[in-house]
Amino acid sequence: MNEHLLSMHDVTADDVIRILDTAESFREVGTRVIKKVPALRGRTVVNLFYENSTRTRISFELAAKRLSADVINFSSGGSSVSKGESLKDTALTLQAMGADAIVIRHASSGSPFQLTKWVRGHVLNAGDGTHEHPTQALLDLYTMRERLGRLEGLRVAIVGDVLHSRVARSLSFGLVKMGADVTLVGPATLIPPDAPQWGVQVSHDVDGVLPKLDVCYLLRVQTERQRLEYFPSVREYARLFGLNRARVGLLPEGSLIMHPGPMNRGVEIDSDVADLPQSVIEDQVTNGIAVRMALLYLLLGGRHADAADEVAGG
Amino acid sequence: MSRILGPDDVRRALARIAHEIVERERIDGLVLVGIADRGDHLALRLSREIAKIEGADVPVGVLDITFYRDDIGLTAEAPEVHETRIPFDIAGRTVVLVDDVLFTGRTIRAAMDALTDLGRARRIRLAVLVDRGHRELPIRADFVGKNVPTQLGDDVRVMVSEIDGEDGAVVEERPAGPALREAHA
Repeated sequence: MNEHLLSMHDVTADDVIRILDTAESFREVGTRVIKKVPALRGRTVVNLFYENSTRTRISFELAAKRLSADVINFSSGGSSVSKGESLKDTALTLQAMGADAIVIRHASSGSPFQLTKWVRGHVLNAGDGTHEHPTQALLDLYTMRERLGRLEGLRVAIVGDVLHSRVARSLSFGLVKMGADVTLVGPATLIPPDAPQWGVQVSHDVDGVLPKLDVCYLLRVQTERQRLEYFPSVREYARLFGLNRARVGLLPEGSLIMHPGPMNRGVEIDSDVADLPQSVIEDQVTNGIAVRMALLYLLLGGRHADAADEVAGG
Repeated sequence: MSRILGPDDVRRALARIAHEIVERERIDGLVLVGIADRGDHLALRLSREIAKIEGADVPVGVLDITFYRDDIGLTAEAPEVHETRIPFDIAGRTVVLVDDVLFTGRTIRAAMDALTDLGRARRIRLAVLVDRGHRELPIRADFVGKNVPTQLGDDVRVMVSEIDGEDGAVVEERPAGPALREAHA
């Protein structure tokens, strides 16, 4: 595996399978009374969050703690960032304190890559601007494989604000890599112009797509990233693209409803739809911890490039 | 490469160990936990042998010790993870750990730590198919299929039909030298 996880392009299909298989073992650990193993004792993981986050930060924190690593949570408010410290200086400070891995979320696309130029530790992208969010994609792949038994040939629609969604990008790259059949669905203004080059299909007709799906993946309408008006009104969006009871009826039996959270109930997903049995949104959260444990274990569990002489295991 | 156990030797050794277990341990409260990814198959077979002798069903679990290894971060890649499936409570039970080869003792140390996190067993015993010596920790087996003197650098491999197509054990001789392989067995 690559030394860092910045993008779904950093992992091969074999890597994805290894990550998901390893995550399965960590799922079992999560069912124990003592949900902690000593695998990463003595390692330090820094959560460097320049953007607000609930589930991703807590998920990474829990993942690192359950591996017995030491965790430092850093958020831009209440730190030297508010005194004007640059990302580089913050990174060098964390480096000097001996961070073995840095989990970064930042509003600027590409900042995790920039970080790898300055620090020796492993860098994990926890969401950078409108670029990528690979750990979300991996936990989604895990959830699909767990529920449906496979990834190859799965028919998945990603519905909503694809243009601003790092989740949609990472998930599309991951699904295409694993041989799934992906359709991006949304108003033309919210579909990225380069989408055809991702190896996916594009549709603007949600009702036409729903009957042919194994997974309906809804994206959050990201009002905070919209500088321009991309659709006339939230009500119109909900009417044309929101998943309501009537649309759920179009989905084939056994198909899944997924959402990366946080949900806008009543916009992209109706409140009662989010609570249906085929909605696996809570599973996604639970699986997220196991998948992040697997990633931290696989990245930090091997010998680091500048570590001592080789000792082979067996 | 020389063969130290053939299919019949494995069968006889497991049958004998099964007899020794029922002779020395109380059958109620007894559970077998095999260490992945060969010990679990041996544990299943021991359970079948015990069923033949005593007519009792001894529960079998499989334990992966990877997260408890003491060489994480020292190997080139993170060690491969296997499944742990222990569908019963070990608290208050007599746990017989089952592994294929006993070597440095480090795997068993890790297994005991892993078991301790799962519950407080009444006692832990150790059964191995091959004891090849060269302990690095104060650990010994209670039930041994065969003691095999080896050189430190040798590679001892147990095969089980479920994974390898046939039962047996072989020693691959390797000169111990500066490029010594430090096995975790």
